[in-house]
Amino acid sequence: MMENKFNFKEIQERPERLAPGHRMCAGCGGTIAVRNVLKAIHPGDKAVVGNATGCLEVSSFTYPYNSYEDSYIHSAFENAGATLAGAETAYKALQKRGKIKENYKFITFGGDGGTYDIGLQSLSGAMERGHDMVYVCYDNGAYMNTGIQRSSATPMYADTTTTPAGTQSNGKPQVRKDLVAVMAAHNIPYTAQTTFIGNLKDLYVKSEKAIYTEGPAFLNIMAPCPRGWRFEAADMAEICKLAVETCYWPLFEVENGKWIINYEPKNKLPIEDFLKKQGRFKHLFKKGNEDLIVQFQEEVDRRWEELKVKANA
Amino acid sequence: MAIKERMSGNEAVAYAIKQINPDVMPAFPITPSTELPQFVSNYIANGEIDTEFIPVESEHSSMSAAIGASAAGARTLTATSSCGLAYMWEVLYVAASDRLPIALALVNRGLTGPLNINCEHSDSMGARDSGWIQIYAENNQEAYDNFVMAYRIAEHKDVMLPIMACMDGFITSHAVENITLLEDDLVKNFVGEYKPEHYLLNKDEVMAIGPYAVSNYCMEAKRAQAQAMMNAKQVILDVAKEFEEMSGRKYGLFEEYRLEDADYAVVAIGSACGTAKDAIDKLREKGVKAGLLKVRVFRPFPGKEMADALANCKAIAIMDRCESYSANGGPLSAELGAALFKNKNQAEVLNIVYGLSGRDMTVEDFEKIYEDLADVAVNGVKEEGYRYVGVRE
Repeated sequence: MMENKFNFKEIQERPERLAPGHRMCAGCGGTIAVRNVLKAIHPGDKAVVGNATGCLEVSSFTYPYNSYEDSYIHSAFENAGATLAGAETAYKALQKRGKIKENYKFITFGGDGGTYDIGLQSLSGAMERGHDMVYVCYDNGAYMNTGIQRSSATPMYADTTTTPAGTQSNGKPQVRKDLVAVMAAHNIPYTAQTTFIGNLKDLYVKSEKAIYTEGPAFLNIMAPCPRGWRFEAADMAEICKLAVETCYWPLFEVENGKWIINYEPKNKLPIEDFLKKQGRFKHLFKKGNEDLIVQFQEEVDRRWEELKVKANA
Repeated sequence: MAIKERMSGNEAVAYAIKQINPDVMPAFPITPSTELPQFVSNYIANGEIDTEFIPVESEHSSMSAAIGASAAGARTLTATSSCGLAYMWEVLYVAASDRLPIALALVNRGLTGPLNINCEHSDSMGARDSGWIQIYAENNQEAYDNFVMAYRIAEHKDVMLPIMACMDGFITSHAVENITLLEDDLVKNFVGEYKPEHYLLNKDEVMAIGPYAVSNYCMEAKRAQAQAMMNAKQVILDVAKEFEEMSGRKYGLFEEYRLEDADYAVVAIGSACGTAKDAIDKLREKGVKAGLLKVRVFRPFPGKEMADALANCKAIAIMDRCESYSANGGPLSAELGAALFKNKNQAEVLNIVYGLSGRDMTVEDFEKIYEDLADVAVNGVKEEGYRYVGVRE
């Protein structure tokens, strides 16, 4: 059952399901995503949490230490979708045979590398088959665990270690894959995109919806990586706000096929405001590269307009 | 009482699956194992079993979902062949190191290059170091019996390892032969209910599986896993003994056919052993002391036991239905050769590759091998490396 209300204090006072003491970097966006998604599990409900290999996995379940208060499974990089689908199916089988009475929720987390790229097939299969589970992508736009290599989620012109900006290169040549649209095209009951805004209401509401909607759900959470994006961890909130206010990262959801924009900025800010805060885009601000920012802006505008058409906004 | 039937190997294994009624089966179609998920799907569609079938989008996901399901506490199986097993490769290791007693019905087929759908052991032999128990069948009867025994071995507390029950593609999987089946109740009682000690969906404790483990922990985990494989040897024998009491059919780590007094022995795996037995019977009539050692269990590898069984042979042909491109013969040749040396066996040894990509292995081929063994027993092995049988050179 959906609670349909947002009580910040009550939610933040819920016991942590991701215990402190893990080894994620200070200011890690991925950690904020996991903590808060798991807070949306109603107290009393049990969960099986999954992980794709990545920063999160190696830092939160480093033998013999484990940060999860719920049952947890990691198996490999590209199979978080299938692994959790297996656990969810076991739940169904054991429930049917009267061996389990408790209420379990199934939530798995992958970075963008494990989700947009190597794990896409496994994710697609799990969503298409209709498992009652949530796949959460904490999207920090590169392979951060192995040292900031480009993924198909990396934005155009970002300086990464496999698309370095140089005399003959402006960073990543390609635009980001539109994974949320890909997931929506699976016609699953719930798909949403969010990030860390204000008191995290948007993140909470979407997480709760995803977890308590029957059937498969997909959440794409922009989870900035201070190390990879090259900004001060203290600027996390501002970076997220600018991503939303520039429409680089619109907040929206697709509920039973209906596209809904959750927030439309009154004054859409220019993309420079978002880019200039990050070291990975530093080269765009060199003299003579003005056209690159223009192109970046055009891509943001194109996607925003496309989203508005889908949402009839 | 025992049920007389005629079935293919795939039908026989599917029948065992029906009798066991496992909790979860993820699977992906691939020739020649495709019939297994088809049979299971039909059983489910007609209410004969209530296994949850997951029609995954690939074999990688098949094994991944099996890992998730088994870790969650479900008795789990899958089936595959060839490239399907190769695609699972990475996660085969995960299943074993997570100590998950998953059963995999493997219908042996060669790996691609060139693409071929026929029998070879290169798929399972490639996975021989993945930490899975491997048991091979000569015919449909053994394929059935091995599957009935599989969970008892895998789920044993001293083992807790995944198990691959292998049969030869088409030759066994598709050929219809006579078979004796066990009654449903007998199988159900023999296999018993799966009661995992630790699992994700245990209401009384949470569990985490699949850690990142650094150098100060990882090696101990691997050592413990190796111990489980060593323990499996005795468990396989104990389960076989119990099975014999129920069925009257006797199994060991390997089968000795007219081997006790044999001067010349062939060591092989799978369906070709039936052909070898025919050749032996013919040769024995002529007074040739020919024998066979049929490897049933390849993992754990019963090296010492096999070397002891071959102790009095003058010449041995070790036969691989698998090319390992080592320039040194196939995997059975390499491992058994080392075991013979360690055991100080004095026999001359021929390493032979045969039957690749479904190439027939005939009684005449075996007769020629025994002739060659008689020759090398006297004159010694002249060739370096290994030889092929049944190939145009």
